[in-house]
Amino acid sequence: MCFFGLVPGCSNTFRNHFSPTLSTRTSTRKPAKARPMADQADHVQSQTPDRITGAQALIRALEMEGVETMFGYPGGCILPAYDPLLDSSIRHVLVRHEQGAGHMAEGYAHVSGKPGVAMVTSGPAATNLVTPLMDAYMDSVPMVAITGQVATNAIGSDAFQECDTVGITRSCTKHNELVMTSQDLPMAVRQAFHIATTGRPGPTLIDVPKDVLVNEMDWYWPTDEEVLASLPGYRPNVKGHPRMIKEAAKLILSSERPVIYAGGGILKARAAEALARLVELTGIHVVTTLMARGVFPDDHELNLGMPGMHGNATAVTAMQKSDLLVALGSRFDDRITGKVDAFAEEAKIIHVDIDPAEQGKVRRPDVPIVGDARQVIEEIIIEIEKLLETGTVQADTSAWKSKVSGWQEQFPMMYEPSEPGQALKPQFCIEQLRDLAPERTILTSGVGQHQMYASQYWKFNEPYTWVNSGGLGTMGFSIPAAIGAKAAFPDATVWAIDGDGCFQMTAQELVTATLEKLPIKVALLNNRYLGMVRQWQEMFYDERYSSVFLDSAEVPDFVMMAESMGCVGIRVESPEEVGPAIEKANSINDRPVVVEFRTEASEGVFPMVPAGASNDDLILHPSQQDRKDQLK
Amino acid sequence: MTTINQYSGQAVNHHILSVLVQNRPGVLARVSSLFARRGYNIFSLAVAPAEDPGMSRITIVVDLESAPLEQITKQLFKLIDVIKISELDPRRSVERELLIATVKAPPEQRSEVQSVVDIFEGKIIAVAEEVLTVSLEGHPDKLDDFEELLDGYGIVELQRTGRVALPKLDRGARLRSIANSATTSGKAG
Ligand SMILES: Cc1ncc(C[n+]2csc(CCOP(=O)(O)OP(=O)(O)O)c2C)c(N)n1
Repeated sequence: MCFFGLVPGCSNTFRNHFSPTLSTRTSTRKPAKARPMADQADHVQSQTPDRITGAQALIRALEMEGVETMFGYPGGCILPAYDPLLDSSIRHVLVRHEQGAGHMAEGYAHVSGKPGVAMVTSGPAATNLVTPLMDAYMDSVPMVAITGQVATNAIGSDAFQECDTVGITRSCTKHNELVMTSQDLPMAVRQAFHIATTGRPGPTLIDVPKDVLVNEMDWYWPTDEEVLASLPGYRPNVKGHPRMIKEAAKLILSSERPVIYAGGGILKARAAEALARLVELTGIHVVTTLMARGVFPDDHELNLGMPGMHGNATAVTAMQKSDLLVALGSRFDDRITGKVDAFAEEAKIIHVDIDPAEQGKVRRPDVPIVGDARQVIEEIIIEIEKLLETGTVQADTSAWKSKVSGWQEQFPMMYEPSEPGQALKPQFCIEQLRDLAPERTILTSGVGQHQMYASQYWKFNEPYTWVNSGGLGTMGFSIPAAIGAKAAFPDATVWAIDGDGCFQMTAQELVTATLEKLPIKVALLNNRYLGMVRQWQEMFYDERYSSVFLDSAEVPDFVMMAESMGCVGIRVESPEEVGPAIEKANSINDRPVVVEFRTEASEGVFPMVPAGASNDDLILHPSQQDRKDQLK
Repeated sequence: MTTINQYSGQAVNHHILSVLVQNRPGVLARVSSLFARRGYNIFSLAVAPAEDPGMSRITIVVDLESAPLEQITKQLFKLIDVIKISELDPRRSVERELLIATVKAPPEQRSEVQSVVDIFEGKIIAVAEEVLTVSLEGHPDKLDDFEELLDGYGIVELQRTGRVALPKLDRGARLRSIANSATTSGKAG
C-alpha cells in the first residue's frame, strides 16, 4: 500500500508513478519571469536571481503572503530556513519552547485575524507543536506551521530527529503536506495560507525536508488561479441558500421566545457589526459563548452573557426555555448543551455555519444555512426588512422579555466578598482588573477556574479582546497567547489571567517576552491548587483531594521567578493592595509584569451544570440555590 | 432504512460510498484515519486509480449502525483531497469483489471441490497434491456463500479484495453526488 504514501519512506519512484498529479504539477510550472518581484511587494528585495535555494524561496513566499511576524525555534533540519531570515523583513520571535511558538501564533491570529505562523525543526520540535495545532484546530484559528524534516533520502530510516510529522498532525490540522521538491515550495506555502484562512479557518502544516531547503529552484509565484486549480477538492461555500435565508427571516419574526446563540465563528467571519444590526433590528436577546465573548457588547441590555457549564443562570435558562435558537457560528459544544437530549427541547434551530459538517452534528437544525456568518446575517437582515415592509408583524416577545429580565434581577452573578484578613476572592481580583484596565485591553487566559471567572466577571465590549482555549482547554495557553497578541498589537495593554497550575506549564515564555520587548502583564491567581479539578473533587468525589494540591505558597516563589526572567514581580495578599498593584502594573510598559494574587483556595465557580447533566439542573451559587424554582 | 439485496434477497445493512480523491501521497491514510478518529466502522475498502489517472476512486462500505451516514460524508468531504463523494444505492448498483483461496483438496475430495467451483463459475488457478487455489469474482454476497462452502473442505489461506461498485446503467442512474444537496453545497473549510 506504499503507493498512497502510507509509509513516509515510500520511494520517489513509487510516488511519481502513482501520483501523476504531483509530478505533472511540478513539470508544468514556469518561473515567473514575466512578473518582477518588486512589482508585487515592496519589501521583497529586487534584483534577486531567479535561481534561489528552497530556504530562500520559503522565506520569500512567507513575505509574499504578508507575514510580518513569526514565532519559532531553530534546529538541524530547519536550519537552512533560518539563514535567509537574517535578510528578511519578517520579525522572528525566538521562543523558549515550541509549544510557546504555536500558542503565540494563535494569540496573534485571534486578535489580528491574520494567520499566525510558527516555524520549528523536525522530530521533538514538531511533536512539541502538536498541542497548539490541536488547539487551533478545535477553535478554528488560522495558523500556518512550518516544520523541518530529515532529508528526503533519509525519510523512513528512523534518522536522527525524524518523526512522521504529517502522520502525527493529520488529525489536528485542516490540511498538511510533506513537500518533496524545492520547486513545490511556493505553491505549498500558498496552499497552506489559502486553506488556513478561508472557509472554516484552521491550522495547516508544511513539512519541509532539509535537502528541499538546500536545493535550488527557479523562483515563481503561483497566481490565485493556479492555487485554486491545484485544489480541485476545496471550494468553501460562503453564500447561504436563499430559500433557507427566507425561512430563517420568517422564523425569527414569528418566534415569541427567540435567543441568538452567538459563537466564535462570528469573530472568525468578522461579523460582529452585522450581528449588532440584526439585534437592533429584531430586539432579540443574545448569548455569547466562551469563544465569542466580546462579539456583542456586554453592556448592551440585550446581551445575556455567557451560557454553558459555567454560564450565568439567565443565559443558560433563556436558551433552555426558548422557542427559537438562532445559532450563528456556534457548534453546539457539549459544554453549552449539557445533556443533548434535554437541551432547549422546545426550540426550533436556525444554524448558520460555514462548515456543512456542523449542521446536524449534535442537533438537527430546522433551518440549516451553510455560509459565511457575515454574509448570511446581512442577507437575513435584508429578508427581515423586506418582510417588515410588506406588512409582516413581528411576534410579541414582551412576555418573554419580562421573564428574562426577571431572571436577570433574581440571579445576578454572585460571590461572597473577601473578609478582612482572609485570602482574596479571585472574582474580586478580576473585577478590579476590569475596572482599572485601559480601553481595549486584551485579555488572554489559561484553563481552569480563573478562566471562568475572567469570562464571567470581565466586561467585554469590544470584539477581539478575549483570547482563550475553548475547545481543547489547554493549560499554559495564556502567557504565550498574550505574547502573540502583544506582537500583533504592541500598543495594546495585554493581560494574561493565569492559574498557578497553568503558569507553571509555559511561564518560561516570559523570558521571550522580556527579551523580545513584548511587555505583557500576568495576573496569576494563586489558589495553591489545580482549582478546577479541586472543585470537581469537592463536588463529585466526596472531597477526596487526590493530586491537586500544588503547594505553591512558597515553591516556586512566583515573584522571584518572575524577576529572574526579567519581569517585575508583585505579590498581593489583601484586598486593599489589589487596586494599587494593578495600577502599578498598568503603569509599567518597559518589561513584563507578574502580579501574584494569593486567592482563596476553597472558592468555587458558580453557576455550574455538572458534566452530562441537563441545563435544567443548573447548580446556583449557594445563596441563590433555594430560589431556583423561579428559573422556570 | 432497510433495503433488500438484488442478489441474495437479504436485508442490506450497509452503505456504499464511492469517493473520488486526488491521487496523491497520503490520501488513503487521510481517509482511513478520519474513519478511525471519528469512530466510524469500515466494513471494506478498495482503492485504485480511476478513469482520470490523476484521481483515485475509493469504494468504502460502512455499517449502517456505525454512524449517521450524513456525518461521515460531510466529514470526509472536508478533506482537501476529496473531490466528490457519491452514495450508491445497493439496489441500483453493480457490486463486485474478487476472492482467491487455497482450499484443502486431497484426491478423495478433489472432484467435490471442483464441482463447487464450477457451480459458482469460479476458476481453479493452481493445483497441488493436497490443495487447490481457486478464484471467484462476483457479488460479495455470492462470495460469502462460496467462502462458506469452501470452509467445509478447509480453507488454508484466503484473500478478498473488498468490494468495488459503480451505479447500474438503468434509469439514467449515474453516481448521485451527495455533495450537491442544499445544505451541503460547496466545501467546508
Ligand atoms: C494541559 C492540560 N492538562 C490538564 C488539564 C486538566 N485541567 C483543567 S483545569 C485544571 C486545573 C487548572 O489549575 P490552575 O492553573 O491552578 O487554575 P485554577 O483552576 O486553580 O484557576 C486541570 C488540571 C488541562 N485542561 N490541560
